[in-house]
Formats: sequence, C-alpha cells, structure tokens
Amino acid sequence: MAKKQQVRPPALPTWQEAKFGNMLPFAGGAKDYKTGDWRTDKPVTDKAKCIKCAMCWLMCPDACVVQNDDGTFEANLYYCKGCGICAQVCPVDAITMVEEGA
Amino acid sequence: MSRRVPLEGSFAAAEAAKMADVDVVAAYPITPQTHIIERMAEMINNGELKAAFIPVESEHSAMSACWGASGAGARTFTATASQGFFLMHEVLYFVSGLRLPVVMAVSNRAVGLPANIWGDYSDAMSATYTGWLQVFAANNQEIFDFTLSAFRIAEDPRVLLPFMVHMDGFTLSHTVEAVILPDQKEVDAYLPPYKHPYVFDTDNPCCYGSVMSPSTYAEVKKAQDIGIRETLPVIKELWKDYGDRFGRYYSPIDSYKADGAKTLLLVVGGLSETAKIAVDKKRAEGESVGLLTLHLWRPFPFEDLYEAVAGAENLVVFDRAPTLGGPTGPVIGEVKAALFGVRKDLRIAGILGGYCGRTLEVAEFEEVIDRGNAICESGHQEMVETVGIRG
Repeated sequence: MAKKQQVRPPALPTWQEAKFGNMLPFAGGAKDYKTGDWRTDKPVTDKAKCIKCAMCWLMCPDACVVQNDDGTFEANLYYCKGCGICAQVCPVDAITMVEEGA
Repeated sequence: MSRRVPLEGSFAAAEAAKMADVDVVAAYPITPQTHIIERMAEMINNGELKAAFIPVESEHSAMSACWGASGAGARTFTATASQGFFLMHEVLYFVSGLRLPVVMAVSNRAVGLPANIWGDYSDAMSATYTGWLQVFAANNQEIFDFTLSAFRIAEDPRVLLPFMVHMDGFTLSHTVEAVILPDQKEVDAYLPPYKHPYVFDTDNPCCYGSVMSPSTYAEVKKAQDIGIRETLPVIKELWKDYGDRFGRYYSPIDSYKADGAKTLLLVVGGLSETAKIAVDKKRAEGESVGLLTLHLWRPFPFEDLYEAVAGAENLVVFDRAPTLGGPTGPVIGEVKAALFGVRKDLRIAGILGGYCGRTLEVAEFEEVIDRGNAICESGHQEMVETVGIRG
C-alpha cells in the first residue's frame, strides 16, 4: 500500500478529536513521550570513576542510557524514570542517585 | 431467488456469516454455541466458504485473533457462550476500543455456579458496558437477519464498532425453524467490502492501543461513549435499508398489540414469542394489554422506549438474569433509569424468571401480566420478584 502522509493528532485532543483515539495514525510515538517527569531521584555519573563497562547501559529497563563521545555512559534525562538500577549495578559506584530539586 | 429452509438458530447464524463471505473465523467451542462453530468449520473445510479458520486454545485467544484479523482488514466472525464469554471479557473492551467491526453470535447461557449448560441472559448482561453493539433475536429468522445486517452496520464508516447478536441457548440455537435465506447476489450487492481507515499496514505504521495517562484517557472514553450512542440513527437507517431489500423490517423495540394498551409487557429475546400468546389470550378476555420486544440493548434506544410506552399506564418488565444485589434485573434497572423523570405517571414493575433454561409457558406470562399489574396498582415491588421459581 502507498505510504500516506503521517499526521500527528494534537497532543491533548478534545473528545471530538479523539474518535479513533486508540489508533494513533503514526508510529514511534513513544519517542516523544517524556517519562523523565515521573522521576524523583536522578542518576548522576562521576565520569572520573566510570570504567566504561556498560553495565548501566545493559541493565537500564528504559534503554535510556547513552554512551558519550569519551566512552563514558549517562542517562538521557528526557526518558530516565529514576529507578536507580544503574546506580545499583555500577561495579565502581560511579553513579549516585540525587533527589530532583535538592 | 430467496429460499425457505429449515434451520436451527446456530445454523442460521453460520449461514449469515457464510453469505457475508467472512474472511476469518477464530473460535473455541462451548455449549450451546458449538453448532455455530462446527458448521463454520465444515463450510470452510468442504469449500462452501473461502476463509481462514483459526482453531485457538481459549476464548481469550479467540477474541484476540479476531482483534488481529479485523485490524488487518479481514471480515471477522466468532461465537461463544457463558463461561467462554467470560474468558474473552477483557478482550471485548480492546476490540470495541479499537473500533473493529467484529461480529459475534452468542448462544446465551446461564453462568456457574451452579454449573450448567442451559439458557438465560447472565452472560449477555455482563457485557452491557463493553462498548459492543448488542441485539437480541427472538426467533431463527431474526438470528439470520440480525447477523447479516450486523456486518453491514458494524462496518459502516459512521459506526465501526463490534456487534454481538444474542440468541437463546438451546431454545433458539438448537431448535429448527423455517428461515428465509436471500439470494447470494442480493447479499453481495448489500454488503460492500470491509474497509477500515486505520487497517494494519506495514507501509503506513500506526500506533494501536497505546497507554493513555489521565490527561488523554478521559477524552478518548468520552468520544467512545458518545460514538456508540451516535450509531443509533445509523442502525435504524440500515435496518430500514435491510427491510427494503429483503422484505423484513426491524426496529430497536417491536410493539405488538401495544396501541392504546393500558398495560405493556416488555420482554427480551425468544420468550417474547411465548409472551405474545399470553397477550393474545388476555386481549381475547378483554384486557387492555400489549407487548414490547426489546431487540436493541446497546446502544440503548431511549427515544424508542419513550415512544413505545407513550400511551401506557403500567409497564411490566420481564428479566432473565439476576443482578445479585442490584435493582431486580438488568433490563428492569435500565428501563427504570431510562424512564425516570420522563414519565412520572408510568408505573413500572419488574419480574424475574426463566433462569438456566427453566421453561416458562403461556400461563406463566399471563401470571406475569397479572402480578405486574398488581405491583403497579399497589406500588409495592419486592426487589426479587420471580415467576416459576418454587417457594
């Protein structure tokens, strides 16, 4: 079938705009979904301690840990929900959970 | 050329699905629905119908397969009853939420415990809030006509909702009656190909059934609630069209000898035909009584009910399922809620019976009319008022 132009509905539709609300006529909508605002604590990486082992990258349940140009790893805070698993699994305790706004 | 053939209710439903040229049937057998599915499997196996039959491991899977098939653009049919109906319950909401026009025949059966296989509406009434269109047939011709028209209505771009066709387990599903089948060419002309605006398509990926937070769920739910209500005029229009083409007209509520009747008896499904004979006898005795047969359960036909009861003083509602702690019966509660504040002078009585295939004969419906009138006159209604139950 021919590719149709994808039109995104308004982020906060009225009920009149939500007739097919359970079928969003585009793919990959989760990319825009800011789950970072669920967080109470954020992971802060001490780059000097990081041994670039990628354990945090591997274990992050949200797949939001990304590798920096220098090889160290950090969470993308747009998506990070602050679960703290990265801090738990870091073998050199390079990651500290810090309360948001503290 | 149309044909008049003897068919049990199950086969009438299967015949309608065949003539609708369904693409996919996904179902799991359960008494008293089994004959529908056996017949579908047979028709596909012997080449009468070119369709995919998906033999699934449960009703939850059956409805899930229907969800996928309908979403992929296939005309989809299934059938179930009672405990199987309950097993697919959560998926019913997903299919209606995605506005997929799956058609399902339900051979209504009581629900355990006590374990059982016989007919009442305990299964159907549990699906009241699932967002499916729902119609109750009163005979085998209606099973055929409602099932065939269900495809046309469900797939209409103004509707796009799943449709349940209820039939009394055994008393309709396993009873042979004469059924008029239309010519296949007329059916083909009646039913255009199914086309969903958001069909599953890898070239045009969409996001189906995504999670919604409080900031969006409410708007989608309101749209769904108003959406199903807005289908009522379309259903009436398309039933009128069905009548023009095939000669049998249907309405959300059928009236029988109801004009000017002081007392109206309202019955759902097959027992309304027994109630008709009771009304005939009462009329012959000079009593001013008529019958309303409620066909369309969802969307509930509020305006049609107001019109149907316009001249009546007493309304006696017969219900075939208990609410177990609620307002007498599901239909009684719904009718009372619909009429509250609309007809302050109309007295309403509710009587329960016919559970699990318990036979109710004409004399018992005469009793329902008499006792219903007495309740209306006295104004005293027991919450659990029954007929044909010992004690």
